[in-house]
Amino acid sequence: MTAVAERPVAVEAPKARTVEVKIRRYNPEISDEVRWVTYRVEAYPTDRVLNLLTKIKDEQDGTLTFRRSCAHGVCGSDAMRINGVNRLACKVLMKDMPAKLTIEPIKGLPVEKDLVVDMEPFFEAYRAVKPFLITGGNPPTKEWLQSQADRDRYDDTTKCILCAACTTSCPVFWTDGSYFGPAAIVNAHRFIFDSRDQGAEERLEILNDREGVWRCRTTFNCTEACPRGIEITKAIKEVKQALLFRRV
Amino acid sequence: MTAAGVRIDPPRSPSTRRLRGRTNTELYAWLFMRVSGILLVVLVLGHLFIMNILDGGVQRINFGFVAGRWASPFWQVWDLLMLWLAQLHGSNGLRTVINDYTRKDATRFWLKMALYTASVVVIALGTLVIFTFDPSIS
Repeated sequence: MTAVAERPVAVEAPKARTVEVKIRRYNPEISDEVRWVTYRVEAYPTDRVLNLLTKIKDEQDGTLTFRRSCAHGVCGSDAMRINGVNRLACKVLMKDMPAKLTIEPIKGLPVEKDLVVDMEPFFEAYRAVKPFLITGGNPPTKEWLQSQADRDRYDDTTKCILCAACTTSCPVFWTDGSYFGPAAIVNAHRFIFDSRDQGAEERLEILNDREGVWRCRTTFNCTEACPRGIEITKAIKEVKQALLFRRV
Repeated sequence: MTAAGVRIDPPRSPSTRRLRGRTNTELYAWLFMRVSGILLVVLVLGHLFIMNILDGGVQRINFGFVAGRWASPFWQVWDLLMLWLAQLHGSNGLRTVINDYTRKDATRFWLKMALYTASVVVIALGTLVIFTFDPSIS
């Protein structure tokens, strides 16, 4: 016998409301001027900001340009500045947002069009820390075992999806673009503290540079911005410590 | 990027300045800020307490009071440490601010030169006074 609720619980259907979305528009092929355009869209509490952008593009203005790929917070394509903070548009639910949204591209990288920025400087810093396994000697003949404790040492920094939300929220990166930025340091940390990797010395040397970890002012903007909840400032602190005491 | 002649400089300048061999300058500067900061908390708070709160406070400070203090090597060293640490700590902080907020190399250079000159003058004058102070001056 199936259970039947004697008094069906009244489930309220989510109600849509009209939301004003103000977007920073820029198209260098038409004009060098930046325009702020406001769109009015119907938004359900279950909508994400990305849904609103898609709705605007589909129904109101097909020229609106933004990046998105997986739309589920994993690919890291749609980092943008939403109401002044860096967020992934696909992870912000409208039930948590006011009726007015202001959306800009992430700061500190050259804007190419609307919400699309040139990520090359960001990836250049990422590549500079050699984000790959460096080993010497003979490769192991079978699987390379690692203890749980050794794995836990760098587990947090493996979560990075390279969305650039942290680096472009960093005031040091805004003013001094040659700073490596939090994301590059996080990805260096992921290998520096990996017990199988032997390139720690090399990476630490790179980050000991004038534009390396010592430029970090511990403002915690990066930690606050990270959509994966990585404790970035802590990771940077651990790299500083490793440099200070010459010990990984 | 090159469309319609629009050129936006990438914020990350080409890596000519990076990787010029091994230097620990920034590491030591960072460490110095922490250590001098902790020492200054003790030195400056102690100084303020003695000068402004302890028996009679600021009212009793006059030439004789200062002369009496500087007769002791302990207070000479205290004041000398405070002068050097505070000046270097502050200068290094300002150096960081200049590095952060100047865009042109020339501006950066001249601002830093002004800063370093001012620091050297203040440290030299202060040190000179502490060591050559003559209580019998009329």
